[in-house]
Amino acid sequence: MKINGTKASIGASRLQKCPTGIHGLDEITGGGLPRGRATLVCGGAGCGKTLFASEFLVRGAKEFGEAGVFVSFEETDVELKVNVASLGFDLAGLVKQKKIVLEHVYIERSEIQETGEYDLEGLFVRLNLAIDSIGAKRVVLDTLEALFAGLPNEAILRAELRRLFRWLKAKGVTSVITAERGREQLTRHGLEEYVSDCVILLDHRVNDQIATRLMRVVKYRGSLHGTNEFPFLIDADGLSVLPITSLGLNHKVSSARVSTGIPRLDAMLGGRGFFRGSSILLTGTPGTGKTITAACFAQAAAQRGERVLFFSFEESPDQIIRNMHSIGLRLEPLVKGGLLRFCAARPTLYGLEMHLATMFKEIAAFQPAVVIMDPITSLMVAGTDYETKGMVTRLIDYLKGGQVTSLFTSLTHGGHALQQSEIAMSSLMDSWMLLQDLEGNGERNRVLYVIKARGMAHSNQIREFLISNRGIDLVDAYIGPSGVLTGSARMAQSAREKAEVLVSQQKAARDKRELEFRREALERQIGGLHSECLSNAEELRRIERQVGTQTRLLTNQRTELGRLRHADASAANGTPVDPNSKHRR
Amino acid sequence: MMKANEVKRRALGVHSRVPKIWRLRLYVAGQTPKSLVALSNLKKICENHLSGRYTIEVIDLLEKPKLSGGDQILAIPTLVRKLPKPVRKIIGDLSDTERVLVGLNLRPAG
Repeated sequence: MKINGTKASIGASRLQKCPTGIHGLDEITGGGLPRGRATLVCGGAGCGKTLFASEFLVRGAKEFGEAGVFVSFEETDVELKVNVASLGFDLAGLVKQKKIVLEHVYIERSEIQETGEYDLEGLFVRLNLAIDSIGAKRVVLDTLEALFAGLPNEAILRAELRRLFRWLKAKGVTSVITAERGREQLTRHGLEEYVSDCVILLDHRVNDQIATRLMRVVKYRGSLHGTNEFPFLIDADGLSVLPITSLGLNHKVSSARVSTGIPRLDAMLGGRGFFRGSSILLTGTPGTGKTITAACFAQAAAQRGERVLFFSFEESPDQIIRNMHSIGLRLEPLVKGGLLRFCAARPTLYGLEMHLATMFKEIAAFQPAVVIMDPITSLMVAGTDYETKGMVTRLIDYLKGGQVTSLFTSLTHGGHALQQSEIAMSSLMDSWMLLQDLEGNGERNRVLYVIKARGMAHSNQIREFLISNRGIDLVDAYIGPSGVLTGSARMAQSAREKAEVLVSQQKAARDKRELEFRREALERQIGGLHSECLSNAEELRRIERQVGTQTRLLTNQRTELGRLRHADASAANGTPVDPNSKHRR
Repeated sequence: MMKANEVKRRALGVHSRVPKIWRLRLYVAGQTPKSLVALSNLKKICENHLSGRYTIEVIDLLEKPKLSGGDQILAIPTLVRKLPKPVRKIIGDLSDTERVLVGLNLRPAG
């Protein structure tokens, strides 16, 4: 005892739990039902009591190696085997392997005559025999209330029930007792009086024609437990409880990026697409291409070799595949290759919780890297806004916990008011893209904005969203003085722009030619002036020459004159001027 | 007792196919006071109403627990009328003779 002192003391101070193996229940109860004690499972007709009990036994036998005894007061062995077989439990096989004993206790009041004192030792003997025959650790009594119908003396019965529960405890078996829900108390015959350790209430509620199964741990002596009503579902794998509040905000994040499948959209999102494991909301009015965008994303992911789970709430898988074919997306080979899986269900098929549970199961089974919900707003018909938000929160948390990238399309109706109703949901999302119709010029054109993208630089630009038979293309929308132009208006505008460019080009050429002419003319003019200048200079030189000659002549004349006048000979020799010659001229 | 015998005869007259032998089986669990009371009450009633035409088999479930399932025994003591058919069950210590007779169909209910 002293060796594991701390462990032993903790073990002694804490209630021992007996795991049920039922998905989610062990989380709510912190490990399972109280070991060695009795648990009362009560609820109305058809709420899954017997199934709860049988799953407790089957899982105990298969997963925890604990044999069990199923005492049925209502269904025969054969009926029971058939009933639980429909839920994937091989009860008959377990009976053959001596892991489970089925004990049908038959009571028919009309066959019984009561004469004096008696006790239920016969039941004890049978139970004891059954338990000891396989060393059972778990016992189910379904449902003890049949005893109240079969045995007239309630005083004896109640005393015996009290003894039975004491006996079960002493025997050390963990037992589940089912009981019908009473009007003013938990059970019709007040069994909660005897079974006080753990009480679980099952409910099957119908709201707006949609049924939801709910489970609540009313009481769990000596243990913490979730007190909320937890939705649960029954399907081919038995029960699944969905513990909502156990989900927290502590998931790991990835900085890896995944392509959207539309290159221009990747470019808008900082060039590399979404973060892996992020949640993406794609809102849009009807017919704006939400499903197509989603399908593009799905195809891109599947082509990268990632598994994609596509939940469709409005279209059948075949219809989506056919429609996407028309824009050049080939989804069929991806489906056949096992990388893309469609899950289509009408939103009204079952309640929100059932949807959620189904999704969880599908996701857990398929292990996708990308999950697409198209459209998430369809689920709102299955629940209120508040419930839907709660559900989406849980779904996102679940997906983020598994690093699954999720894309939710959301249908908005009409103008701007809708964008508001989406806000509650958008705050849960990491990225939000809006697809919108722009009406004008006698046509509707699709445009796309990235409203937010947490953790990345994203484009604030509006892009025109074109769907052709080659897929999706994003085009810069024309933003002019009259607002955003899309479609043919954008085409017209760009044609107009082209024409304007042409016109201005032509004008420039013309201007150039004109200038050229003028320059040439000027040059010609310059040439003329130049030659004029040259001729002037020539004239000038001629004049100068003329003047020189005249001067010489004049000097000569003067010299001649001086000689003639017998002037100083030297002077006359020096400057021979002939004034006469000039005169002669 | 005479009165009871008359009633018995009348009852037998109603049922034309009266079997020769009444096979009765009493389930007990140990030698409890209730079991002993039941056995002595049963013997008395049989002597008075079925003299020489009955067998009583006492089964102690503490010794043979496996026999508890066959006759769907819950209560102890339980008296099972194996023959004549149909099988009938009477639970309790058989102290209420009138009800035992009704239960064994030796006297019409009412």
